[in-house]
Amino acid sequence: MKLIPNVPTRVLLMAGVLLVILCAVAAPVAAEMQPPPSSAAQDGFVPIDQLQPKEQLPAAPLVMAAYSVAWLVIFGYVWSIWRRLSQVEQEITSVSKRVAGGPRR
Amino acid sequence: MTTFFTPLTVLVAAMFVVAPVLVVGAPYESSMGLVQKIFYFHFPSWMAMFAATAVCGVASARVLFMGRKDSDATALAAAELVVVFGLIGLITGPLWGRKAWGVWWSWDARGTSALVLWLVFVSYLLLRRFGGPGSERLSAAVGLFGMFNAPFVYWSVNLWRTLHPKTSVVPSLPVAMGVPLWFSTVAFLGLFMLLLAMRTQLERRRAELDSLHLALEDNHG
Repeated sequence: MKLIPNVPTRVLLMAGVLLVILCAVAAPVAAEMQPPPSSAAQDGFVPIDQLQPKEQLPAAPLVMAAYSVAWLVIFGYVWSIWRRLSQVEQEITSVSKRVAGGPRR
Repeated sequence: MTTFFTPLTVLVAAMFVVAPVLVVGAPYESSMGLVQKIFYFHFPSWMAMFAATAVCGVASARVLFMGRKDSDATALAAAELVVVFGLIGLITGPLWGRKAWGVWWSWDARGTSALVLWLVFVSYLLLRRFGGPGSERLSAAVGLFGMFNAPFVYWSVNLWRTLHPKTSVVPSLPVAMGVPLWFSTVAFLGLFMLLLAMRTQLERRRAELDSLHLALEDNHG
């Protein structure tokens, strides 16, 4: 008795083998085409207020600190030059007077 | 001081008034948000520092190879400015990194090489302060070494795998971010020129004072 009339058993056997091979080749490809695992809760639902607190570092204080440091360093340096220059100018005035006073007798 | 000092002071002051307005108006970066605004002072301070290393290196070369003692004041002034602008970069960088990377400091190539460059110029100043007679030539050699070290710091992000943004970021900035950045950079470079002129003037006045002391010793000798 034949499974399908007018089709030889040998042809049906070959078709069956081809179908198995095709499935074996296509299986990994089909697996790769699966959507990525969802992060949605699959094992259980957790209320949002029970989540672990994540680090929420505010950016504004860091930006303000960075700009403040830049200005503090610049103004501090300008003040340092001004102070050193004033000292040198005072000393130049003082020494110039002593030089202008002439040699000691 | 030279004739350009007053007009440059007015120009730089005006630029530093306008710069924050431009920075506030710049769009937020998509992944970093507000904290990326540190970039508009962080990058210009490093550019001013690189300019200072170049000035220090060239002036040091003139001292070493041409015997130009007048360049020594410029080299010393520029070395001090490397330390000042480098300090701003080294403090603002971690403040940005804490939010962007989650750490205050990572020993990546850019940060570490910048710290080493900064320490080279700190050693220049220590040498000048405590090196005694002849330290001018030794420190000039250190200044020259520092100048040749600077391009490696700039290029380090392209040579090594680091957390730091690469050098391609700045040329590819959109206009809305590029204009405030380059405006701030020009303002910082103007500030660098002003501070260089002031600090060089201080060193020249010190040299005059030394000459007066020698004259006084001759008179009273």
